[in-house]
Order: sequence, then structure tokens, then C-alpha cells
Amino acid sequence: MTDDAPTNDGQQFDRLPETPADREVEGRASRREVLDWWDERFGIGPSVFEEYSFWEKGAGKVWIFNGEATDPSEVEAIGMTFLRTRQEHWKPTSRAATRFGGLATTNVIELDPEQAVTFMAGDDQDLPEWDGDWGYLIATHEIAGGEAPIGVGLYLYDELRSVVPKGSRADLPTVE
Amino acid sequence: MNPLERYEPLVDDVAAFRAACDRPLPSVVRVNEMAASPAHVREAFDDEGVAYEPVDWHDGLFRLPDGNPGGNWPYVHGWTHGQEEVSVLPGLALDPQPGERVWDACAAPGSKTTQIADAMDDEGTVVANDNNLGRLSALRHNAERLGITNAIVTNQDARNFSTKPLAFDEFDRALVDAPCSCEGTCRKNPDVVDQWTLEHVHAVAGIQKGILARAVQATRPGGTVVYSTCTFAPEENEAVLDHVLEAEDCEIVDFDLPLDTAPGVTEWEGETYDESVTRAHRVYPHHNDTGGFFCAKLRVGGTGNTGVGA
Ligand SMILES: C[S@@+](CC[C@H](N)C(=O)[O-])C[C@H]1O[C@@H](n2cnc3c(N)ncnc32)[C@H](O)[C@@H]1O
Repeated sequence: MTDDAPTNDGQQFDRLPETPADREVEGRASRREVLDWWDERFGIGPSVFEEYSFWEKGAGKVWIFNGEATDPSEVEAIGMTFLRTRQEHWKPTSRAATRFGGLATTNVIELDPEQAVTFMAGDDQDLPEWDGDWGYLIATHEIAGGEAPIGVGLYLYDELRSVVPKGSRADLPTVE
Repeated sequence: MNPLERYEPLVDDVAAFRAACDRPLPSVVRVNEMAASPAHVREAFDDEGVAYEPVDWHDGLFRLPDGNPGGNWPYVHGWTHGQEEVSVLPGLALDPQPGERVWDACAAPGSKTTQIADAMDDEGTVVANDNNLGRLSALRHNAERLGITNAIVTNQDARNFSTKPLAFDEFDRALVDAPCSCEGTCRKNPDVVDQWTLEHVHAVAGIQKGILARAVQATRPGGTVVYSTCTFAPEENEAVLDHVLEAEDCEIVDFDLPLDTAPGVTEWEGETYDESVTRAHRVYPHHNDTGGFFCAKLRVGGTGNTGVGA
């Protein structure tokens, strides 16, 4: 079966192909598409990610890495989880949002102190006043004199769903 | 027997030593400076009404007298990491630089890995290894929370660590924050004193020698290896250094730490160790009101340059 196309191997990290034309593994996102997606969705331009490489392990989980690695890499982890692909709506990880979301210029929802607490507790909330896009948004709140990202929310039908992972949910005080 | 008794001949003030060992330690957080400055974290604590005290020898550490280091906004943002004061010392001794290749041989749950990545400004490669997969998942969680993108995580026995999965076969620096009998953590975890046995000391000393030897081998000529433990036992500290000095091409070098320490000891229970072990630092709980600690810095032999800051 040597002439089969390469498939995605869930045990190793493979570097994303540069462009869709370079794609060998079916369904794998390319670097170009990942960069375009961050630019279009959040206004974070490709230059921000110039030094980083992107890797896939498992079906659709894309990792971002800023070091030297072999391709493929048979290790436990390489950099941090960044983006979920191979689904209709790509989804940034909460940690990608806290790490890079401060640079976002679109699809950013600023939460007031109470909303931020609700969000971090993992609870959904009604936010009919948002008149931007539906889908995945970067949620921010004000802290120490500036806005800072706290994670990813899914906005649908006047409601902001918190998609903060269980292990990161927290009971926090409201800071006015 | 309380194992702390056996170290009384090594300390200057036995009563103060024993009294300090009985006092609980405050919660401490380290600022993740690649995400926020200490001043920014202070401002956020002030706004939120979180009580904190500075640590006079490190401006990126805060003591939290009310505990609960994870229950505040700076933590949620990945601006802080709960880490005991003495635990930052090996990272200071290692002094990793942006762009380097660094091995953290016994890395889980990642307090020092994340400190190393921060010091490297998240540039270069830090390879975080541990033989315990469960503890590695805690490390991954911590590294993600702090937004670290330059770490590779491996799950190997550090004694025969293979660089085959990596893009290079030599490190600029390596940290061996070894498994140990941990009496130095008695202020946080008093059980360690009850569970202490001499057999365990001897068994773990063998593992420590194996890991430190491998770290020296895996580091380039002129590179730096730091060895640290949280035990007072010379069998696990100076004796391990003495063994590796004989077995591998390396030397112990002088270095400063920003708090009061005592030199490594050259004699213990009839054994004598190489004079250069006095360049290592012993940190006793009563000297700076911290946990107990041991830290040594080695230079790997050969003609390579020592690099910035070593
Ligand atoms: C003192 S702890 C490390 C703490 C860590 N450096 C930090 O700062 O969070 C020692 C670690 O060594 C690991 N360990 C024990 N034997 C090992 C071996 N042979 N190879 C690799 N890791 C080992 C243990 O699983 C444990 O996580």
C-alpha cells in the first residue's frame, strides 16, 4: 500500500505545509490558511507569527512553537495548543487568546467586571447589546489600567457562551 | 528519629534552624515577566484588594499572606505562578539566555521550566523532561497558562536521555532539579519528615548521580549545568557532585545567590568530598525564612566558550 497518500498520524507532531498547494495530508490546514484566519477573524497580522512554526497532532489540533524541532517530532508536546481546525468554524484555544489576543482589533468583546466574573466561572450569559459577528470572540476585561484578554467565547443568538476549559474556570472577585 | 536532627552538626544555630523548620511557609508567586511586569501585577493586586508583600531579594516575587495564589485575576491572566521562594534559585544560577538550547531534566510540574522560558523571553528551545507522565500533564497545564511557546515536552528517564527526538544533540545549559528526600520542604509538607528513611536517601542518590552525569554529557563544552535539591542530606548533594566530578569532564564554579547561604560541606559521616563543593550553596530555613535548598553550578569541560552571563 506504498502509494497511499500520507494520513494524519495522531502520535506525532507534523509541521503544517506552507500553502494549500503543498498539502500532502488530507484535511490538514496550511500555514497560509492559519495566518489568514487570524488576520481575517481578529485582525492579528501574519508578521506577528513570522518567527513561529505550526504543527498538527491529533485530528485538527494545531500547536504554535517558537523553537527548533525535527519534522515530524515524536514528543509529548511542542509549544502550546493554538487552534482547532478540521471543523466548519475554527476555534482558537483560550490560551492562544490570552497569549496573543491583546493584539486583536476585531471580534473582541469587552466585558464589564460582573460579566468577566461570569465568563471565568464558565457560565453563559445574555449579551444582546453585542452587534458584531457571531462565532468565536476574544473576551477581554479591564485590569490594572488596560484591557486584557481572558479567553474565548462563542456568541450565538444574543448569548455569550463561555468556553473556558474546566481546569481553568475560577471563582473570582468583581473588581470595579 | 527526626531526620532534621542529623543535620544539626552542619548548622550554625540549631535552635533557630529547628524553630524555622516548624513554621509554615507563606504562599509566594513569581511574576511571569514575559506577560506582565512586577509593577503591573502590583497594580492589579491593589485594584483587586489582594494583600501582598515584596521579597527583598527578588522584585518578581510576592508573598501572599492570605494564601490562595490561584484565586485572583493576575493568575488567571498567566501573569503569576505559585512558586516557593527558594525554587527560583536554580533558574537564577542557570541564567539561560534568549535563543539558547536548554534542558530541564526533571521538569514536572514546571515551575522552573516556566521560569527558564521567561528568562529566555520565550525564544530558543527549552526541553522539559520528566519520567512521570501524570506530573507532565501538570507541567503542560502550567506552561500553557503562562503562554509559553518555546518548550518541547519529553517523557524519558533522564539517566539515559536520548536527544534523538530533538533537532540538536547538545544543550547550552541543563538544569537537574533532582528528585530527593525533600526535608527542605518540611515547612510546606511536614509529612516528608515522617516518611524519611536512610535507604531512600541512598537509593535516590544513585538516581541523582545518573541524571547529573547525563546532563554533563548532554551539554556542550563550556556550557553550564545546575544541580539543585530541596534536601539537606550531603549524600544527595555534595556526594553527588563529588561523584560526577570524578566521572565526567566538568568543574564546580563560584556563583552568587541574592540571599544568605552556607557553603557546601567537605566532610560527612566519615566521607570527604572534593574541596570545590564548597562553591555550592546551602540554604537553611532560618537564614532567610525560606524552605531549605541546595544549589551548585558546574561548567562542562573542554574549550567551548562559556557564553553570556555564565
Ligand atoms: C524536585 S521534582 C522537579 C520539580 C520541577 N523542577 C519544578 O520546578 O516544578 C523532581 C522530578 O524528578 C522526576 N524524576 C524522578 N526520577 C526521574 C528520572 N529518572 N528521570 C526523569 N525525571 C525523574 C520526578 O517525577 C519529579 O517530577
